[in-house]
This record gives sequence, C-alpha cells and structure tokens, in this order.
Amino acid sequence: MIALTNVTKRYPGGHEAVKNATLSIERGEMVFLMGHSGAGKSTLLKLIAAIERPTSGKVVVNGQNLGSLRARAIPYLRRNLGLVFQDHKLLFDRSAFENVMLPLNIQGYDRRDAARRARAALDKVGLLGHEKALPVTLSCGEQQRLCIARAVVHRPAVLLADEPTGNLDAAYAAEIGELFRAFNQVGATVVIATHDVQLAERLAPRLIAIASGRVDTLAAAAA
Amino acid sequence: MRAWLLHHARAAGAALRKLGRSPLSTLFNIIVVAIALALPAGLYVALTNIQQAVRTLSPEPQLTVFVALEASKAEVSLIDTRLKEHPQVARLRYVPRERALEDMKRASGMGGIAEALERNPLPDAFVVDAADPAPDVMDRLRTEIAAWPKVAHVQLDAEWAQRLDAVLKVGRVALLLLATVLAFSLVAITFNTIRLQMLTQREEIEVTTLIGATDGFIRRPFLYYGAGLGLLGGLAACGFVWTATTVLNGALIDLSYLYGARWEVAQLSWRDSASLLAFAAALGWLGAWMSVARHLGRVRPR
Ligand SMILES: Nc1ncnc2c1ncn2[C@@H]1O[C@H](COP(=O)(O)OP(=O)(O)O)[C@@H](O)[C@H]1O
Ligand SMILES: [Mg+2]
Repeated sequence: MIALTNVTKRYPGGHEAVKNATLSIERGEMVFLMGHSGAGKSTLLKLIAAIERPTSGKVVVNGQNLGSLRARAIPYLRRNLGLVFQDHKLLFDRSAFENVMLPLNIQGYDRRDAARRARAALDKVGLLGHEKALPVTLSCGEQQRLCIARAVVHRPAVLLADEPTGNLDAAYAAEIGELFRAFNQVGATVVIATHDVQLAERLAPRLIAIASGRVDTLAAAAA
Repeated sequence: MRAWLLHHARAAGAALRKLGRSPLSTLFNIIVVAIALALPAGLYVALTNIQQAVRTLSPEPQLTVFVALEASKAEVSLIDTRLKEHPQVARLRYVPRERALEDMKRASGMGGIAEALERNPLPDAFVVDAADPAPDVMDRLRTEIAAWPKVAHVQLDAEWAQRLDAVLKVGRVALLLLATVLAFSLVAITFNTIRLQMLTQREEIEVTTLIGATDGFIRRPFLYYGAGLGLLGGLAACGFVWTATTVLNGALIDLSYLYGARWEVAQLSWRDSASLLAFAAALGWLGAWMSVARHLGRVRPR
C-alpha cells in the first residue's frame, strides 16, 4: 500500500529531516511511527500525502509512484487518504457539520447523501449533538475528534494521523484509539505518528521507530 | 455531467454568500465597477442620440450645380441631359435663375437688395439627389460635375452635417479608447479584489487543497465572484445611465413645450444593456481567472 525506498528529505536551509528511509506498509495494516519530537515523523507523513516531495528516493502510495505523478493527479491521490493534522486545520468560520461536509463537497457527492454520511461520521466520534457548533466553541478533544470525522467521512483506504492524541488526557486518548482500531478493523490502512506509548500499548500495532530521521524497524509487539 | 453541474451550482452559491457576507465592501466594489461602466455607456448613449438628431435634421445630402452666367439655353439643356443620364443621379430639380431671384425677393431682409439690382446676378441651378449619399461618393460626383463645361460651381449641401459626422467619428474612437481603458480597470479591480479574498481565505484554500480539491474546485467560486461583481456593477451602471437619461428627458419636456416640439433622449436599448451586462460579467470573470492563476501558487502550500 505504501512503500518508501531510500527516501531522503532535506528542507530548504539544509536540515535533513528524513535520512535514507526505507519502509513498507501493507494494505489493512495498522502502523505507528514512533519517535521523539523532531525525529521526522510528520515529515514522513507529509511525504506519503505528497505534501512534501522527497529530495531523493522513491515514494509509492496505492501503486502510484509519487515522483512521477503529475500535479493535476495529486488531488485524486489525496481523496484516497484521510488526513488527521497535528494542528487540526479546521475551518473556523464553518460549523462542525460543514467542516465534515468539506471532503464530500470536494468530491462532488450528492448533497443529501453527503449530509447522511457527515452525520454518521459525527455520530461515530460522538459529536452529533454539536453539529451546528463552530470549532472555536469546541474543546481541544472535540476539535481533534472533529478532525478525525472529517478524515474518515469519505471512507478513505488509508488514514494518516499526526499526533492524534497530542494534547489530550488519557480518557480522551483511549477513546480516540478505539476509533482508529474500529476503522482499521473495517479494512483501512492506518498510519499514526505519535510518541504516545500508552496508545501503542493499547492498540498493539506494528511499530516503526524513527530517530533523527532514520528508520528502525522493531517487532510488532509494544515496546 | 450531474456532478459537474452540482459543482458549479455550489460554487455560484458560495460566491453569492461571499458577496453577501461583507455587504459594505461588496457595495463599494459594485459602485466602482458601475462607474467604470457607466462612463462609456453614458457617452455611448450621448453619441447615439446626437447621431440620430443629425440624421433627422439633414435627411439626405444634396448637390447644387450652379451653371455659368454666360451659358446659353442650349448649353443649360445639355447639362440637364447629362445629369439626367448620369447613373449616380437619383433625382433632379431645375431652378431657373428667375425663380431663384423671386425666392431671394421673398426671403426676409433680402428683398430690398434684390429690388436694387439692375440685372439678375443669380445663375441657373440644378439640385441633385445622389443615388448613394455616402460622403466619398458625393464628393467624387461633385468633382466630376464641376469639371463639365459651363458649370461654374458645385456646392455640397449639408456639409455641416458631414463635418458633424466626422466629429462623431472622432467621438466614437474616443469612446472606444475610453471603453478599453475602463475595461482594463474593471479587470484590474476584480483582479485585486480576488487577490484580497484569496489572502483572507488562505486557510480554506490550504485545507481544501490538502484534502483533495482540484485547482478548478478552488478557482470556481472566485470566478463566479468576479463575474457576479461585473454583472451587478453592470446592472448598477445601466441604472445610472437610465436615471440620468430620465432626468434629462424630464428637463427636455419643459424645453420642448416652449418650442412646440417633442424632444426626447433615447434610452440605452435592451440589446445594448444586455451586451453591457455580458461584457461586464466576462471582464469580471477574466480578472478573477487571472488573479487566481497568479496567486494560487503563492497562497497555498506545495
Ligand atoms: N518546513 C520545514 N522547514 C524546515 N525544517 C523543517 C520543516 N518541517 C520540519 N522541519 C525540521 O525537520 C525536523 C523533523 O521535523 P518533523 O518531521 O516535524 O518531526 P516530528 O514530527 O517527528 O516532530 C525538525 O528538526 C524540524 O525542525
Ligand atoms: Mg510532528
């Protein structure tokens, strides 16, 4: 499903955030990218979502080599992905419902069908009661869950989540972990960048350790 | 096809909502666009009306052929025949010199002078209606006839009308220049408005790009906004011109009572109004398109 071969990412300014990384993630897998802050986890996710381009090496997602993908094709690649951003990236002038509708509008879903799916997604993350609320009126955990609802509403084949439990207390984190587990159980490939060891213990995914931009594959068991 | 229509309907709806979200700046933009459009539209209405007036005041230009004083009756009738047989001559009226003198005597103020004359100083004359009243055709005909024997002088009547026509032609060129300049300014206005909008909607553009929006999806509401701005500005411009013409007509009614005539300034026609709206919408669309093409790469990541 996702394969990186000898990928290096050097940011303008010369810093190498990812160094010669090779890894492969199968369809339907749940994988955690674990490492300290600044290890290069976010950069790896951005490379997979074609938000950043590798300085060298090859990235293949869903059978498509991103290096040879034309700019016009990138939106269609991203429609197979669900992205949970570290900083949520919600639209603050739109209601929770409108935020979740966004991916469906972009993909041209019929309005009624889209509304049904959006409500189902909001229900799944426990925000159905906050449909009309603006994101600013939601707590941090609720915003995080809203972001997840928006990421899964169009049933993507791959879910990429960046620090989804970053600033949540344990109870919320556990809840969100269950959401990911459920999503993985219905067949989606789930890739989570995190340093939350408790979450890793709970979900028992395959772990890929990242340290200073280098990949270090460990056993599938929790550390 | 359905999805495509749906996309467009949504984009149009979003654009309308944007127009409505900041009513004051929208109103201001519409007024600026309207002024840019009302100036050439108003000038156009003025030119059309002057042209119409000129046409009613001088029906058809005519040539007056003055025969030399010393010409004999035979020579005059030769000129008469040549004129009758000329293919460019549509109608011909002979004014004998005696008649001309009578006319002059009857004309107010000239009577005394005519009485005082010992002999008739006026020549025989022919008034010619040409088959084709185009100015250059008339001019050639005049030169041709003037070269005939015993023709003293050929006068092109309604010369003032032709001169005015030439002035109007200059007016039309000026209108074209003005319209071009203001069309550019309309494009510039939408270009800049869309640029500001894109800056304020930076986040929305970024987020939608990240979750799979195509350039077309992002561009569409801005295009509709630009076209909508042009359209509303065009409507307002039509309103300005209509109001100005109506006010002018109100004033003219009083004046035309004094002269016992009915004067009226013609409104911008429906067809011209429709063209103006279409033109304005197209320019707004163009300005928006150029703005998005220029700024999309800068506003969003990647
Ligand atoms: N856009 C960027 N420009 C320059 N350097 C960056 C950029 N993004 C990240 N970095 C640097 O790359 C390194 C890895 O960052 P990141 O991938 O965000 O790590 P993580 O998500 O594991 O905390 C860090 O040292 C960070 O400062
Ligand atoms: Mg990070």
